[in-house]
Amino acid sequence: MLRYLLTRIAGLVPLLIGVTFVSFLVINLAPGSPVELMTDLNPKAGPEVQQRLEKEYGLDKPLPVQYWIWVSKLARGDFGRSFQQDRRPVLDKIKEALPVTLALNVMSLAIVLCVAIPIGVYSATHQYSLGDRATTVFVFVGFAMPSFWFALLCILFFSVHLGWLPISGLRSFDHNALSDVGRVLDIAKHLILPVCISGFTSLAAMSRYMRSSMLEVIRQDYINTARAKGLDERTVTFRHALRNALLPIITLLGLSIPGLIGGSVIMESIFAIPGMGRLFFQSILARDYPLIMGVLVMSSMLTLIGNLAADLMYAVADPRLRKR
Amino acid sequence: MKPVSRKAATWSAFLLLSTLSMLPACKDGSSGEGDAGSANSGSSAISASAPTEPAYGDALVLGTIGDASNLIRMLAGDSSSAEIAGMIFEPLITYDKTLSEFEPRLAESWEISRDGLEISFKLREDVRWTDGEPFDVHDIKFGFDTIRDPSTLTAYAEDYLQVKEMRVQGDHAFTVVYEEPYAPALGSWASIMVVLPEHILKDEDFGDTKFSRNPIGNGPYVLEDWTTGESISIISNNDYYRGRPYIDRHRWRIIPDQQTMFLELKGGGIDLMGLTPLQFKRQTDTRTFEEQFAKYEYYSNGYTYLGYNLSNPLFKDKRVRQALTHAIDRQELIDGVLLGLGTTTAVPYQPGTDWVNKDVEPWPYDPSRAKELFAEAGWKDRDGDGVLDKDGAQFSFELITNNGNEQRLKTATIIQKRLDQIGVKANIKTLEWSAFINDYINKRRFEAVILGWSMDPDPDQYIIWHSSKTGEKEFNFVGYNNPEADEVLEKGRRTFDKTERKKFYDRFQELIHEDQPYTFLYVPKSLPTVHKRFHGIDPAPAGISHNLTEWYVPTAFQKHTVTR
Repeated sequence: MLRYLLTRIAGLVPLLIGVTFVSFLVINLAPGSPVELMTDLNPKAGPEVQQRLEKEYGLDKPLPVQYWIWVSKLARGDFGRSFQQDRRPVLDKIKEALPVTLALNVMSLAIVLCVAIPIGVYSATHQYSLGDRATTVFVFVGFAMPSFWFALLCILFFSVHLGWLPISGLRSFDHNALSDVGRVLDIAKHLILPVCISGFTSLAAMSRYMRSSMLEVIRQDYINTARAKGLDERTVTFRHALRNALLPIITLLGLSIPGLIGGSVIMESIFAIPGMGRLFFQSILARDYPLIMGVLVMSSMLTLIGNLAADLMYAVADPRLRKR
Repeated sequence: MKPVSRKAATWSAFLLLSTLSMLPACKDGSSGEGDAGSANSGSSAISASAPTEPAYGDALVLGTIGDASNLIRMLAGDSSSAEIAGMIFEPLITYDKTLSEFEPRLAESWEISRDGLEISFKLREDVRWTDGEPFDVHDIKFGFDTIRDPSTLTAYAEDYLQVKEMRVQGDHAFTVVYEEPYAPALGSWASIMVVLPEHILKDEDFGDTKFSRNPIGNGPYVLEDWTTGESISIISNNDYYRGRPYIDRHRWRIIPDQQTMFLELKGGGIDLMGLTPLQFKRQTDTRTFEEQFAKYEYYSNGYTYLGYNLSNPLFKDKRVRQALTHAIDRQELIDGVLLGLGTTTAVPYQPGTDWVNKDVEPWPYDPSRAKELFAEAGWKDRDGDGVLDKDGAQFSFELITNNGNEQRLKTATIIQKRLDQIGVKANIKTLEWSAFINDYINKRRFEAVILGWSMDPDPDQYIIWHSSKTGEKEFNFVGYNNPEADEVLEKGRRTFDKTERKKFYDRFQELIHEDQPYTFLYVPKSLPTVHKRFHGIDPAPAGISHNLTEWYVPTAFQKHTVTR
């Protein structure tokens, strides 16, 4: 087991290097450079400014050299500085945007799990019933609806019309004057709509996986055996079937780990939340290479770790795998 | 007012605006003619009966689509940073609200030597930085040296590099000496670029200082709080030398989505935003909205144009360019694209300002005249296929613009239809901004382009029209070359005398009008709306924000209690 783990981890390193190399190449292929974006069509910028900026950013060196400098800094844990005008360390910018994105995604994932698993189980055990069809329509409506449109409708109804919830942002005007508890509640109130909407729009995948995995399991012989033993349907469904049917969901969860730090540009823009989605999108528009690479390194690392974790969790959950 | 106030529908449009602006410091420059800044006052529930004397207090919440980046003005190119830094730092002099004269600020007086080579400033002695240290000429000298230092990563050094020498006289006076008279120079001192506290920054690494996010200024407001990506607050400066401003706090809320921002406005979350033409015309014409908000409209300081690559044989003949202008119905563009909220223009100067040559009228929309002009230039539909031809070649060209800018795309489509009617084929192509600039504009690989420029209050247009500015990455990318225009542009830079300058630029405008290197399409209006509890708003060619420190909310209507 330990050996397996070590080989897997050792295998991650070349993979990660490969990923960074390809990303580095691709972002440099995109037309435009951070310097040009700053000086293009700006009549106040003299001709030497561009060269000076290029030199400062190290963009005057050949691409392989730039890559080498970047990798060797990264090896020492230095993600570099943003090419944007604030020139702040990449890590600082990520640290600012990460918590809210993480909180939002974890909460909406929790909602998805709490709602999708029961829906999946219900529609599998009541296949083709009215309830099955209704929930299917429900989750697909969420899946198919453009999230920006749905979000605006919700804001219009809950925030503008009813006035129950704040419209956008994370903090009210008088946030700083509130007590500690008040501040937490204030932020929580601002998160209700984005969390619920992003949860609702991503119910479909998880609930459909759950449904099909459950359907597969309840047709197995051992379920018949359990029924034949005289166990009541409840025990059969929840103790015997559900446990086995959850295995593919674990894989899915492992795969959604990198997604936890990736924000949605659309939702973050509409709700004016300063998260990872906007940070990454802006960094691409600004050709902010260090920041783009920083975010990419983190999410590819998390993807790899997520895959590994999924495999490991699988082994933990499934005794048949553990013995090997 | 804000980048929002115009075409910003997407991020690329936003970027576009910030990269295009000729003078980000004067973002709020705007204009009015006739209906300049008519507030749709109507029956106001708010200003009805209660007393409306100026009072201290309350807060103004503004919506902006982008966060600021750096509050050291010379290091920031985005309009949010410029707007906020402009509240924290005070300039030496400033344009008045008509954008035609200068007013004293940190400099109580200034003088231009008779030969136009020297400008001497006399500074006020009663100004302090908000940490209590006195402001004096050494701060200006420090800022001046810093912006000229080759190791400073600023895009704004050009104006200051024109200075041959800066002579400091005592603690509150200095003189700048130029190689030759340079009229736009005075405008470069009407900015906060070089206003920096020497005592704080002299030992700092300028590229990496906390000052950029936590500045000490000497303007009407002090930075209070900056939560990245969410909001920036400033609070009034009690020691401001022109007297503490009435409104205690300004807060910019960063709301990237125009729809959300509008909902926030209606929901009371923000007090001021720039409306889109659609919002202005169709979504704010309700009684409830007009009872709460005052809407303003005045001409913005930007124009949209159709530029021709003059080195292309198609566009070499000025009769052809005049014909194209005659064939495009510019009022139709304004009605269709801006819902009527704009004006036609014949010249690259802000409508309503002194520099506009009033004798130059836009060419009329006149398809038959267009056909005549084409025929004079040899373009006729000889083979009867509906497209003009000459020497066997069709009049067909590619019309490019950047993607993500809805207004420009609509403009291109309407133009395409009009040109088609007189037998000119225009094929529209939209391109991602970087590719658009690098591969097409900078390399001169385009036939015709739709773009926009922002206009500076100073009339100098040398870098856009002078024939020496046609190199790669320079701004005369259409390749305009008229020796007489070159001459008046040069002369206009060399004299400070306004009447004389006006003569040169009047002539320049006649030449541009005759040559039509661009077809000037329209100047859109700025459409800010402000909650009605704010009083003292004075719309002018410079917009509404020129007297922000004089805005106030009468005590009875104050909404927020601001604690320090």
